[in-house]
Amino acid sequence: MALLEVEDLATHFHTREGTVRAVDGVSFSIDKGETLGIVGESGSGKSVTCYSLMRLIPEPPGRIERGVARFDGQDLLQMGKSDLRHIRGDRISMIFQDPMTSLNPYLRISTQLIEAQQTHRDIDNKAALFKAIEGLEEVGIPDASNRVKSYPHEFSGGMRQRVMIAMALINEPDLLIADEPTTALDVTVQAQILDIIKQRQERLGTAVILVTHDLGVVAGNCDKVNVMYAGQIVESGSAEQVFYEAKHAYTRSLQKTIPSLQEKGQELYTIPGLPPDLTKTINGCAFHPRCPFPKTGAAETGRPTLKDVGDGHCFADCGYCDSSGSIEDVLAKGDTDDIQLPGEGVEA
Amino acid sequence: MLKFVAGRLLQGILVLLAIYAVTFFLVAATPGSPFSSERAIRPEILAQIEAFYGYDKPVFERFMTSLGNALSGEFGPSAVYANRSVTDIIAESFPVSLKLGALSLLLAMALGIPAGIIAAVKRNTWLDYVPMSAAMVGICLPTFVMGPMLALVFGIILKLLPVAGWFGPEFWILPAATLGLVYAAYFARLTRGGMLEMLNQDWVRTARAKGVKETTIIWRHCLKGGLMPAVTFLGPALAGIISGSFVVETIFQVPGLGQWFVRGALNRDDFLILGLTVLFATLIVIMNLLVDIVQVALNPRLKYE
Repeated sequence: MALLEVEDLATHFHTREGTVRAVDGVSFSIDKGETLGIVGESGSGKSVTCYSLMRLIPEPPGRIERGVARFDGQDLLQMGKSDLRHIRGDRISMIFQDPMTSLNPYLRISTQLIEAQQTHRDIDNKAALFKAIEGLEEVGIPDASNRVKSYPHEFSGGMRQRVMIAMALINEPDLLIADEPTTALDVTVQAQILDIIKQRQERLGTAVILVTHDLGVVAGNCDKVNVMYAGQIVESGSAEQVFYEAKHAYTRSLQKTIPSLQEKGQELYTIPGLPPDLTKTINGCAFHPRCPFPKTGAAETGRPTLKDVGDGHCFADCGYCDSSGSIEDVLAKGDTDDIQLPGEGVEA
Repeated sequence: MLKFVAGRLLQGILVLLAIYAVTFFLVAATPGSPFSSERAIRPEILAQIEAFYGYDKPVFERFMTSLGNALSGEFGPSAVYANRSVTDIIAESFPVSLKLGALSLLLAMALGIPAGIIAAVKRNTWLDYVPMSAAMVGICLPTFVMGPMLALVFGIILKLLPVAGWFGPEFWILPAATLGLVYAAYFARLTRGGMLEMLNQDWVRTARAKGVKETTIIWRHCLKGGLMPAVTFLGPALAGIISGSFVVETIFQVPGLGQWFVRGALNRDDFLILGLTVLFATLIVIMNLLVDIVQVALNPRLKYE
């Protein structure tokens, strides 16, 4: 049985401008010890998916509209507040994007690490402090027994993210949700942080959901990948499948944007246009207006659903763009004039 | 920390000297004199009075003598109330204002801070709307409206409390309530604002993700930072509130310090004006220093500099 099974999760935000369907029917599962990557642009619903699982969406304006998230047989989305508290931080823990603001500046690191343990375990201060120091050493913080007494502002960004990791893993959770853990960090530190997560994951057998917009990070670290666009998963499968046999026009465009995969001296590729406005109903493939591939059909009503195309490799085939050719050829032909940018006649 | 306090005290002394000098010369430059009155005084008597108070000497020499006296804690005689020195007046009325102020402030904090915390935690519910509307009314309502209203209800209609005088604990209640409610309103709004800011911080989300209880989040994670605006306000509030309120003291006939500020100015009582100004300035300097120390104690990101 999978550790976590998410079915048809939908989280909407009810704002004055309308209902933002930030996550609109997302299903996936993750096994023990596995790493699942969730990739997509800003606003594609990656983070909201994770926050929904932890029920950390600010309500109002947010609301989980429907769906099931079965964690070890229990539905996280229906669970009572106090049951949920026992799971948060103990069995599922989370690392956030910005380590500069995610630790409380008014409290010592030791207080925050001890709190993480005492919330869930009957452990005295001394033992908890000892475990805290151990945890900091494991994530590579030098002089941990002294540093544990420091305040967050006395650490650099990379060091704070290490503290966050140590804190998230101190209760040896079954699942770690890492929401863009390296986005706010220097490139040189990014690799170190990912290595630490990986090492700790191997030691503890933790499953990891790694949210990122960096395809390189996904390729190097994940077993399975979900590609999200406009609140839905448009392609999913093993890292190999999604990388080497990418089907969806969006995944392929995304790959095209990786600078290191482009020839030197060439202008960097960017996907034209912007993600769609999620307050409006989307007909057909949400990526359609930005899709570089030649169109063969017309937009239909309803968004295409994920279909298995073999070995668990799924993608939402819209059926009206001819994505058989390579994206390089399509772009080389310069046949992208019919790409409609938002505000140029794209109607909901 | 010792260095910080010493430095700030030194700074404070310079500020006080400057305030003393400015006040002295402003008062001296004002037309008229403490001894002019509607009745015609014979010139030789006036000259004698002026000689007694040192007004026959040039202004700079007067300043030096007065400063020397002030440094030894003596602000001279009252120029208007014969046989009473400024120090006497302060010694008599300052304890009254201090007591009234302390009571008001306790009431203000005991009411305002919890109300602010609850309003922030339960924002956009009636537990937020009711106390915050009351606080808005409290801020808008001047003490000269609030005081008579309280006196009318509790003194005249319900006959529960005395409405004037200062003869025992039951006399303290109405003036302390009048002064305290206004400050309670400020504390409530400031605390609510501070707590709301804290509750929206990323680290609160981290704490929730750790499974920490909401009550622990409020007490351990938010209170220190959330009280910051109230603490900052406390300094000037404290100085203002314990040096007396002319309006409240007049309404309830409290023999406090506040009335002397006004009487001193109206009577052109030079020595009294100077003495009270220095007292008030000293209070402000000390309170601000205390507030700075408390702020550093609350916020580890601040350091003594």
